[in-house]
Amino acid sequence: MEPLGYGQTTPDRLGATFAALADPTRRAILARLASGEASVTELAEPFAMSQPAISKHLKVLERAGLISRGRDAQRRPRRLEAVPLAEATQWLEGYRRFWEGSFQRLDALLDELKTKEKKRGRTKR
Amino acid sequence: MNNTGTLKVTTPSEREIAMTRVFNAPRRLVFDAWTKPELLKRWLGVRGGWSMVVCEVDLKVGGTYRFVWRKGPDGPEMGMGGVYREVVPPERLVATESFDDPWYPGEALDTTVLVEQGGKTTVTTTVLYASQEVRDAVLKSPMERGVAESYDKLAELLASSA
Repeated sequence: MEPLGYGQTTPDRLGATFAALADPTRRAILARLASGEASVTELAEPFAMSQPAISKHLKVLERAGLISRGRDAQRRPRRLEAVPLAEATQWLEGYRRFWEGSFQRLDALLDELKTKEKKRGRTKR
Repeated sequence: MNNTGTLKVTTPSEREIAMTRVFNAPRRLVFDAWTKPELLKRWLGVRGGWSMVVCEVDLKVGGTYRFVWRKGPDGPEMGMGGVYREVVPPERLVATESFDDPWYPGEALDTTVLVEQGGKTTVTTTVLYASQEVRDAVLKSPMERGVAESYDKLAELLASSA
């Protein structure tokens, strides 16, 4: 629900990042790129997918700013862009922490309310 | 703390995210904590320097609610609100949610169901988004447990290169 104050990232950019991360093939591509840049052919290898299909995924990742193209004009290797991904991870961590933090406070509040009720019950009798 | 439950996040349908948590209290008290401003202000989103500076609740069908949080005395603010669609104390609450500074397109619908058993209350909040795309944008991938051995590796790498 309410992720509060997670940096200066714009919602649009985060939306594009999460939409890109929603797909398992794209996550696998990112994981592969985490160990170094790779060409489209190299990226297509582990997947039972055509190069055009992989290229489509790469385009989504590129548009989300998660990958970029390396300098080698022949291989046109793709490489990981760490910043947007780090932002997304941070944001999700914040989402979880928001709720876990809230609920821990609620636990304490409920304990307090129960104790108050017991006391009130005792004085009534 | 022996009564701190574990937060469980699931995806019951392609447009929904559900959060389940057990609280060690009867649901009457949990429902109060969820709907009374003086109680809400003490827990919802209150962490890391954030406090709730506006908390208005008109608890009836068609009634509105409005929450605003602020970081520190004059830091950034974050506001949200919506309209109650169903109010069945102490077991069910349905309301729309939308953010002042939206981080997903459109409005979502929150359904909160409270089930009591043996003095403990299980609260399930299900958020229904406008489309699967929106839902996925909000949640999918890293938040889903167990997705991501590969993702964990990525995170590690990023942490070490940061």
